[in-house]
Amino acid sequence: MRSSLPVRIFSAAVTLALALILLDGLWHFFSWAIVHAVWSVPRGADGAPDTDLCRAAIGRGACWAVIGEKFRFILFGFYPHALQWRPAIVVALFVLLFALSLNPRFWRPALVAVWLAVLALVAVLMWGGVFGLDFVAADQWGGLPITLILATFGLALSFPLAILVALGRRASGLPMIRWLAVAYVELIRGVPLISLLFMASVMLPLFLPEGIDINKLLRAQLAFILFAGAYLAEVVRAGLQALPRGQQEAAAALGLSYWQATRLVILPQALRHVIPMLVNTFIGFFKDTSLVLIIGIFDLMTTGRTATLEPRWQGFGNEVYLLLAAIYFAFCFTMARISRLLERRLNEPHLPIEEPA
Amino acid sequence: MSGPAIRFEDVHKWYGRVHVLRGISLDVASGERVVLCGPSGSGKSTLLRCINRLETHEKGRIVVDGMALSDEPRALKAIRREVGMVFQSFNLFPHLSVLENCTLAPIRVRGLGRAEAEARAMEYLARVRIPEQAGKYPAQLSGGQQQRVAIARALCMQPKIMLFDEPTSALDPEMVREVLDVMVELAESGMTMLAVTHEMGFARQVADRVVFMDQGEIVESGPPGEIFSAPRSPRLKSFLSQILHQH
Repeated sequence: MRSSLPVRIFSAAVTLALALILLDGLWHFFSWAIVHAVWSVPRGADGAPDTDLCRAAIGRGACWAVIGEKFRFILFGFYPHALQWRPAIVVALFVLLFALSLNPRFWRPALVAVWLAVLALVAVLMWGGVFGLDFVAADQWGGLPITLILATFGLALSFPLAILVALGRRASGLPMIRWLAVAYVELIRGVPLISLLFMASVMLPLFLPEGIDINKLLRAQLAFILFAGAYLAEVVRAGLQALPRGQQEAAAALGLSYWQATRLVILPQALRHVIPMLVNTFIGFFKDTSLVLIIGIFDLMTTGRTATLEPRWQGFGNEVYLLLAAIYFAFCFTMARISRLLERRLNEPHLPIEEPA
Repeated sequence: MSGPAIRFEDVHKWYGRVHVLRGISLDVASGERVVLCGPSGSGKSTLLRCINRLETHEKGRIVVDGMALSDEPRALKAIRREVGMVFQSFNLFPHLSVLENCTLAPIRVRGLGRAEAEARAMEYLARVRIPEQAGKYPAQLSGGQQQRVAIARALCMQPKIMLFDEPTSALDPEMVREVLDVMVELAESGMTMLAVTHEMGFARQVADRVVFMDQGEIVESGPPGEIFSAPRSPRLKSFLSQILHQH
């Protein structure tokens, strides 16, 4: 249907106005980020950077010098300077692992082994203390590796937990298991993540027998796994509930055991139904790792904030936050892409076609 | 094997307070073809589903292929291996191809090698006359084709007994025939069959015995000729008049 002339003129005017506003905004950003930006600052007599140039540009241009000066701290926190190649490799390993997992050609059982191997390698590289690597205590770790470790280990471990809990919640004939699963999900969901982190960092040590000390990062990791597990369990349960009963019955009638039916028939379908919701939870969870700052763990967000606390660099938070945003976006966007890819890949052959051949 | 293929001894079942099976006793001989019919809610599907324990009975005894049904996992598995089932809604696995639907259980439950399972699957797919669809996914097939795949899938386990739970009720009328043809062929091969169906033509053609159920009880049973032409109980008479009225 063709619109009348006045309507078309009006919509053209709106489009033009919006384009102008957008262009103006882009131009301002471009002018700030590129044209008037300060890319580096000279060093003073004492060898420390002299930030007067940046101060002069405040309001007009970005001070990218702060990134150049601080990026190692932002990325790796207080990890010993000379050993930062180790967390650098860890980050590269994670990125490689994600890239590998992105490619459908590698979706086979061996990928699980690769994941386990990489996770072990990450532990070795971060801690050291073996193979001639210097030992680095976990409280010296910081920055991007912390974020990636919390998120990756968290998801890798909470996902199987979530599946077990979701299955347990539907276990007929096992009221105790069902009750436990419900209690777990409701308890964890009913509490903010921050209070879980506090409990893990402050209260958990009180309950442990004397002499046993789990380090803070591990405790935070535990809290994250429990937290994500509860939410993911609900997502998985939604997928299980979407399946017609007949699938379980057909599998049972063929003689498949409960676990065979679950693994070969039920889960492949249930999980594929909820991929968007799963990835949504993954992404939210990735960003939630930044909450560890409240228990004094230096994840990427915290190292970024800390970098601009130095008097010399105070006032240049915008630049740092932009960098952090770019890093977070890169990872979250990648996850969103994986999700789309998985959906397309898994659903394609099953779409009903109009004409049965 | 001596003794009946399936034996029900005074089987009772309740859904909550509803008494859905009220003292069913029935023997099905090896090689016998039995059609269960009756109005909806008469308990015929429930009775069928008790045989492979998709439903549990609360009282009485069911013996299948010489083994008494219980919750003991190994016995249950042994029984399910020998009892194939075809459902009203097909229940094919949509994430697996037709061939994979047919090879899953033979490989995982019977322990067949992949090549052997695939050869067997192709043999049965040929028998239900759709070998050319082996690489497709269930959603790409018509209802009649899906139901024939479901029959092939059950047959691939080479069961001794086949159960049919209203296999043609969800089909468009023009597809009923192709499924019934396959069932008739199967019946003629000597398979022990127990079918819940309203297809009286099928019952007349292949059944050794028709069992009429109403309100959880077996009201009347006998050869199809007798049941259809000389019904004794008023309940069967009114049921038949309704059924025949429809057709």
